Amino acid sequence: MLLISKVETFYGNIQALRGVDVKVNSGEIVTLIGSNGAGKSTLLMTISGVNKASTGEILFDDQHIENLPPHEIVNLGISQVPEGRRIFSRLSVEDNLRLGASAYEKGKNFDIDVKDVYDLFPVLKDRLNQRGGTLSGGEQQMLAIGRAMMARPKMLLLDEPSLGIAPKLVNQIFIAIKNINKQKKVTIFLVEQNAKKALELADRGYVLVNGNVTLEGTGQDLLKNKDIQAAYLEGGGKK
Amino acid sequence: MRKNFLQSSIKDSLFTGLIALALFGPIVGLRTVAKNEVLVVSPKWFIVLVIVVVCALGRFLTNLYIYNRDQKYGIQSTIGKSITNFLDTKGTQIALSAIIFSVIFPFLPFTDRYLMDIAIMMLTYIMLGWGLNIVIGLAGLLDLGYVAFYAVGAYSYALFAIHFGWSFWICLPIAGIFAAMFGVLLGFPVLRLRGDYLAIVTLAFGEMIRILLLNWYQLTKGPDGLTGIPRPSFFGLPFKSFPDEGEQTFHTFFGLEYSPMQRIIFLYYLILVLALITNLFTIKIRRLPIGRAWEALREDEIACKSLGVNPRNTKLTAFAIGAMFGGFAGSFFATRQAFISPESFTFIESAIIVAIVVLGGMGSQTGVVLATIFLIGLIEVFRDFESYRMIAFGGAMVLIMIFRPRGILATRKPTITLQKKEAAK
Repeated sequence: MLLISKVETFYGNIQALRGVDVKVNSGEIVTLIGSNGAGKSTLLMTISGVNKASTGEILFDDQHIENLPPHEIVNLGISQVPEGRRIFSRLSVEDNLRLGASAYEKGKNFDIDVKDVYDLFPVLKDRLNQRGGTLSGGEQQMLAIGRAMMARPKMLLLDEPSLGIAPKLVNQIFIAIKNINKQKKVTIFLVEQNAKKALELADRGYVLVNGNVTLEGTGQDLLKNKDIQAAYLEGGGKK
Repeated sequence: MRKNFLQSSIKDSLFTGLIALALFGPIVGLRTVAKNEVLVVSPKWFIVLVIVVVCALGRFLTNLYIYNRDQKYGIQSTIGKSITNFLDTKGTQIALSAIIFSVIFPFLPFTDRYLMDIAIMMLTYIMLGWGLNIVIGLAGLLDLGYVAFYAVGAYSYALFAIHFGWSFWICLPIAGIFAAMFGVLLGFPVLRLRGDYLAIVTLAFGEMIRILLLNWYQLTKGPDGLTGIPRPSFFGLPFKSFPDEGEQTFHTFFGLEYSPMQRIIFLYYLILVLALITNLFTIKIRRLPIGRAWEALREDEIACKSLGVNPRNTKLTAFAIGAMFGGFAGSFFATRQAFISPESFTFIESAIIVAIVVLGGMGSQTGVVLATIFLIGLIEVFRDFESYRMIAFGGAMVLIMIFRPRGILATRKPTITLQKKEAAK
């Protein structure tokens, strides 16, 4: 469904991605793990078109998307939940959700789609008129995911959904991600620092180090890998 | 803790005094006077001393009574909360009574020509403030060159009306479209700029338009200005004291005595309607996808991109629509004055409009009205004391910034969500 080959991305003179190859099949949950500054978020931003790849190809459903502007990529069916949630904190929860819907046929199906979001995250229904900024971190993450789902994506890019959230809510959010994948048939590409949780959930995983993919395999294989256990699980697994 | 605070505020106020000395010493203290055809410096140290003491003391008192309180209770304390709450609960009634008051205002017994002129001027600024509020308050784009669109509107109205003889009601939309086009013109190069950089470019744009008007003599008559701009007519009925033969005028048609007030009252209602249309438009568009996109863009551009909002089109429409209302106001200005020159469109006008929007509390429609009444009213009150006008203006801004740092009516309402939650329980 998504085929990334030899993608390189720069911030000015600094090279963040050094020829990344990643493949995501339809219906999968694929995770990308790696330490800070490895280029995980950059890869997501490059897929969604917010950053542009200087070389390489990105194919989505056999269509080149590496040169499309972000709003056209969203219309093709890729929605992103950006790192740090990026809720519109002074707008109401409802307005946040409506903004997510504006990409899909200008929000005509808002009333139908919003029910699906309530099914995933019932708490949002009670908070509808509240300002986004007044929600707790976990609720904001739910809102960010719900907001992305309003565009009826075929594929959801999630950037560190567990960042700065209480462990109990992290579980809730990972369950919701699984539900989105299994029930709504949305392909998931998940970037996480919480390697253990991410690999447990994922069908397959990639490890990114300094802008290069160094390892790939099924979630279970990677969990058992000695190097990964040393680098990401024993230190990072405590979270 | 208490002692520490006192100590630091004394230190702070002494420092303020030092800055005041450095600033006012040369500016006020060293005055050059021409004596026997040579310039001599006549020092005025006493006045400098007074200013420095006032500054230091003022700083000390604000530290002691206001910032101290803000530290304890937060900025949105007492007065702020009660004003915001009052407007939340009684907002519609207040707005309605304000509109009713404005409608009957021309016929109140104490209303005279002078008051009408001020009211028209205030309404013009309110309209400009509401127009700029779309750009600054909703889309979050700090535009310091708004007067450019006001000027474009005024000149395009004047030129079309003079050269083609088209009526006000045809020229008005044309002027709006022209201004909107200039808005897009400004919008394109500044799409990638934010904050301070955007402010600088827009400021330069405002000056460019003024200089263009000043130097394009063939079209704009440069510094001489454009004269003989046609007055608006009442749906084809002109306001004239001596009609040409067989011509219907406003007073003959309605069988009234001719009075120059008739035109003033008509102008008043004209700008009132234009301003209310601006307001209504803004209120409505906030509920539409494009208005939501503006506000989202103000909050977070990257999040907008990742949701599929096209930032280019969103910004351009904000510039264009804001500029369009500036253009409408400009054509009203032209028809009211019957004479326009580049002098009416200097940076100070932009600054006043931005001040109205910012002091009113960015994004607040009512705040714009209050700030206009406050600022323009203040300028008018001090009309007889010409040289103190700017001092009063500056002083008023300082006071607002001290007491209401987020504007008279800040849109942030930290209390409101809490109340709703309690009610739900």
